[in-house]
Amino acid sequence: MTTPLEAALLGNGAPGGRRKADLAALLEAIPYCRFLGVKVDCKGSEITTIMPFAPHRIGNPVLPALHGGAIGAFMETTAILQVAFDAGGPVLPKPVNIAIEYLRSGRAVDTYARAVITKLGRRIINVHVDAWQDDHDKPIAALRGHFMAAAD
Amino acid sequence: MSDIEVNAGTPLAHVPHAQAIGMAVVSARDGVAVCTVPYDEKLVGNPMTGVIHGGVMTTLLDNACGVAVGSKMQSMAMIATLDLRIDYLKPAEPGRPLFARAECYKLTRSIAFVRGTAHQGDEGDPVATCAAAFMITGIAGFARPA
Repeated sequence: MTTPLEAALLGNGAPGGRRKADLAALLEAIPYCRFLGVKVDCKGSEITTIMPFAPHRIGNPVLPALHGGAIGAFMETTAILQVAFDAGGPVLPKPVNIAIEYLRSGRAVDTYARAVITKLGRRIINVHVDAWQDDHDKPIAALRGHFMAAAD
Repeated sequence: MSDIEVNAGTPLAHVPHAQAIGMAVVSARDGVAVCTVPYDEKLVGNPMTGVIHGGVMTTLLDNACGVAVGSKMQSMAMIATLDLRIDYLKPAEPGRPLFARAECYKLTRSIAFVRGTAHQGDEGDPVATCAAAFMITGIAGFARPA
C-alpha cells in the first residue's frame, strides 16, 4: 500500500517524462510542514516556497521579528523539497548538517525561499537556500546544508 | 552573574513560536540553559517513521542558546542570532521529549558564543550538536553589558 508521503515522493510526471515529486502533496503529507504553514509555487523546475506570516511564528514580539528557528526550519524544508524534486527516490532526504546565517531580522510579513543544489552526489547532496521577504536582493537568511539521499 | 527567573519547565510565554511548539525552560543560570520540547504529532517531519522534523531541533537549539546568553548577561538587552550550525547525529526517537543544553562560553560587549547539545534524556548520547553566535543589540533605556 502506498502512503500519501510515498505517493508524493514518487509523483506522477508527464507521460514518457521523468517522474517528479509532487511537492504540494509532499508538504501536505508532512505534519510539521502543515504546522509551519509552508506552501510551494512550482513553475517548471523553478521552485519557490512561501511561509505566510502568522503570529505564532514570532520569536521577538518587541520588534516584532520571526523566530530564527522558524526561518531555519522553513529553509530546511525548502532544501528537502528541492532535493526530493531533483534527486527523486522513495524516501525523504535526511539532513546531515546545516549552517544558517541570519542576515536581517524577519519582519511580520510573508517569507519566501529558493534552494540551489550545488552538488548532487550519489549519497550526499549539497544545498544552498536563500530566504527573503519583500526584496529578493535583500535576503533575511541563508542556509548551507548537506543532505543524505538514500536511507542509510 | 544574573539568574533568569525560571522554574523547572517554565513555558516561554514571551516567545510565541517557542510556545507554539510547546517549548519550556527547565533551567537557566550563569550562561547554561536547558530547554525542552515534548513529543507532538504536529512536529513530525517524516510520517513514515514518526521522527520529529529537523526544524524543531533548530528552533529548540536556537532558543536554548539564546536563553543561555540571557542568563549570562548582567543587564537586559536584546539578542539576535548571527549564525547557527547544527550537526544531526541521529534521528530523535519518536514519542520521547527533546532536551537542549546550551552553554554561553564567551560573552563580549557585542557578541556571545554558544555551543549546545540536543538529547533525549542522556546527555552522553546526543541527537544533535550546535555552535552559534549571537549579536547583543542594546535597546533604548538599557545599557549593553560591560
